[in-house]
Amino acid sequence: MQNNSNNHHHTPLLRVTKLTKNFGDFVANDSLNLSIEAGKVHALLGENGAGKSTLVKMMYGSLQPTSGTIEWQGQSLTVANPAHARDLGIGMVFQHFSLFEALTVVENMSLALPPKLRQGNLSERIASLSSDYGLPLNPEALVADLSVGERQRIEIVRCLLQQPKLLIMDEPTAVLTPQEAQALFATLRRLVAEGCAVLYISHRLEEVKQICHDATILRLGQVVAEVDPQVETAATLAQLMVGASVHQINRQANNDVGPVLLELTHLNHRSSTPFGVDLLDINLSVKAGEILAIAGVAGNGQGELFGVISGEEGDRSDCSMVLMEQVCSGLNINQRRQLGAAFVPEERMGHGAVEHLSLTDNILLSRHACADTASPLNRGLMGIDRAQLATLNSTIGRDYDVRKGSEDAQAGALSGGNLQKFVVGRELNRKPKVLVINQPTWGVDAGAAALIRQALIDLSRQGSAILVISQDLDEIFELADTITVISRGQLSAGYAATQLSREDIGLMMAGSHEQNNAESGA
Amino acid sequence: MQIVLEKRSQASSWMNVMSPVLAISLTVIMGGLIFATMGKPPLTALYLYFIDPLTSWWSIEEVLVKAGPLVLIGVGLAVCFKANVWNIGAEGQLTAGALMGAMVPILLGDWQSPWALVVMLLLGALGGAMFAFIPAWLKTRFGVNEILTSLMLVYIAQLLLDWMVRGPWKDPHGYNFPKSVAFEGWHLLPMWGDGRMHLGLVIALVVALVLYWLMRNNLKGFEVRVVGSAPRAGAFAGFSQTKMVWFCFALSGGLAGLAGLIEVAGPIGQLQPHISPSYGFTAIIVAFLGRLNPLGVVFAGLLLAVSYIGGEGVQIELGISDKTTQVFQGMLLFFILMCDTLILYRVRYLSGTQANTAGEPS
Repeated sequence: MQNNSNNHHHTPLLRVTKLTKNFGDFVANDSLNLSIEAGKVHALLGENGAGKSTLVKMMYGSLQPTSGTIEWQGQSLTVANPAHARDLGIGMVFQHFSLFEALTVVENMSLALPPKLRQGNLSERIASLSSDYGLPLNPEALVADLSVGERQRIEIVRCLLQQPKLLIMDEPTAVLTPQEAQALFATLRRLVAEGCAVLYISHRLEEVKQICHDATILRLGQVVAEVDPQVETAATLAQLMVGASVHQINRQANNDVGPVLLELTHLNHRSSTPFGVDLLDINLSVKAGEILAIAGVAGNGQGELFGVISGEEGDRSDCSMVLMEQVCSGLNINQRRQLGAAFVPEERMGHGAVEHLSLTDNILLSRHACADTASPLNRGLMGIDRAQLATLNSTIGRDYDVRKGSEDAQAGALSGGNLQKFVVGRELNRKPKVLVINQPTWGVDAGAAALIRQALIDLSRQGSAILVISQDLDEIFELADTITVISRGQLSAGYAATQLSREDIGLMMAGSHEQNNAESGA
Repeated sequence: MQIVLEKRSQASSWMNVMSPVLAISLTVIMGGLIFATMGKPPLTALYLYFIDPLTSWWSIEEVLVKAGPLVLIGVGLAVCFKANVWNIGAEGQLTAGALMGAMVPILLGDWQSPWALVVMLLLGALGGAMFAFIPAWLKTRFGVNEILTSLMLVYIAQLLLDWMVRGPWKDPHGYNFPKSVAFEGWHLLPMWGDGRMHLGLVIALVVALVLYWLMRNNLKGFEVRVVGSAPRAGAFAGFSQTKMVWFCFALSGGLAGLAGLIEVAGPIGQLQPHISPSYGFTAIIVAFLGRLNPLGVVFAGLLLAVSYIGGEGVQIELGISDKTTQVFQGMLLFFILMCDTLILYRVRYLSGTQANTAGEPS
């Protein structure tokens, strides 16, 4: 099975030539060339929207190229579908896992494996393989009870059971703590030592420098460079990815904090969905002029916490939130806005904005009940104040550099970064006293991210209290005065940003602050 | 060669207008083919079906009389469907409204006053809305699919009407026919023209205009659009999904009930086992053909009304079953839903080299 690749030392394991993929008028991949060698970790770098996912989906057979060729071990072929890719020896670990939470690890695996691999004692093979590669996994555990890192191990072990020659990993560390990431790197090193190739997609440059042998950089659907990550610096890689040098955030230490504007005391909240995260005894307070950041791996209760603070999760929390010195129990999201709060959810499309509505309609979305415009936007039987909405739209567009095809374009026509600038700008334009923002720059290009972060710092220095929920440690260190960590619905104490190292945060992400479950359950 | 549907990057506004035109054309062509295979002259039949109803005043009046309830129900359903709430049971709500409003002439036959008519209209709307609250409650309380419950309740309402006119509400002097007493005086809508046009048509037009304004310029219309297309964004805006379900069923049920009352207090003039040629179901087609836009619904209602009169016309002139009406209406709904795909997708023919024959001039 494996002697094929050994015979042809000069034939790359996988080579794509002039690969192009169009979606309608949009060119996602523009005649890309790339070759991957056995026994190496090959990095695929690029900002969101650069075309990385499209490229690997074609390699994995879940998309078909518009033109161009894919060669596998020197032979040109069409990867018909993911099952075909797996037969060839290509395994892929997706960013979002497709696992059934109500089933055990072994049940999930047997659902995803071809029949011949299901035979025999699958649990035993999983247990031995996972301990072999340093990926501890209990085959009988329910997926719902596992951390995101453990779920990722399921996907990796599932790929390894099929003895892949090429393993594609799509931003694997986005959901891991720094310590978990190091363990993953050890596994990857072991795999390449055994002759497997790894295609490693990321935008985290430090880790690319740490483990990758080659790097291909994509920008706007084209290959802009092939580099050796060992000789490049993170700064030169970033410049290649973005195409320009990135604006430096200007942040002065802030000694001038005022009264507490947002406070949660002993907040408990039962999730409204079966596999959501319950919040346990949350305590936090944000003062005027302060930025408090909540770090944590995705899926540890951030969405639920945001929903409870915004009021969208309904009134199942136990009246332990105080906003602008008012108890918030029973207040809905608009009443909370009227107290001076503003909210920016994680998902900009479908939650913060509606795709097919115009920008002015999207301003109306969050501001129709706010009393902070010159006159009310909703004039009842007099209709909606379109003129004022148009003025607001152009102000927001100018102040936050929202680039759009037409003045009042549909939200769906904006790029991710521009839409995020719009959604953030819509709220900042109100000069809120309290801002709660979940993943402020998730999937946004570096230029837009810098603008948004600067705007948040500027707002806080004008005396607003800001609560940032983020997975991105770089962002947290750039923004935060105070840092806490959320893990399994529990929040650590807050620490001054200057006191903490990445490793400290990593330990807390892994749950070092969690109370004993038996105690908290009582 | 391979035909694929490819998602457009943005919905095509051109196809949004062209889709109903295309659907109507396809219906006419298919209709002609059906007539031809039945051995009838297709052009004559199509003329009788679509043009002849518009050539004499009395038949235009009949078209308007049929369009009234279609528009009234259709605008309510248009708002409903826009909000992603699927009330399929307007026919049942129509029946419930007629029953409720008929309480005045049947139980209070001596009360003759303009107020009696006002109360009848209000009771009609109330009856339809209350009947529609059953699926609304089941959906919001238990998460039961409203398509099934609202549809099944149609048969309950129709059987209730059937029992009422054969039992408790049968006209004691009606020679045992299954009919209620004939409504008289202020229990009937004001009529004019050759005697079939009635106040209900004005009500339908006013309601359509009000809803058009509401959907365009009022926050409620905005709420309908947001909650229907992006529920989480609706929650972010502070709009309640549950309240929207109640609102939609109240509105569409109330308007269907009003239409039912208008039928029995207008053209029919009493309760009988059958009070509607499936207006409540045809209004679903009207809503879609009118692009879920209240003004569009007015035109769609007129077109579907023509199909009723045309169906009667071909039956009389050519001896074709009046079931053709339902065939035409079914084809129209089928084609409109099919053509609507082109708003969001374009058709591509793939061969070795890519041939491009998309339906949109760009």
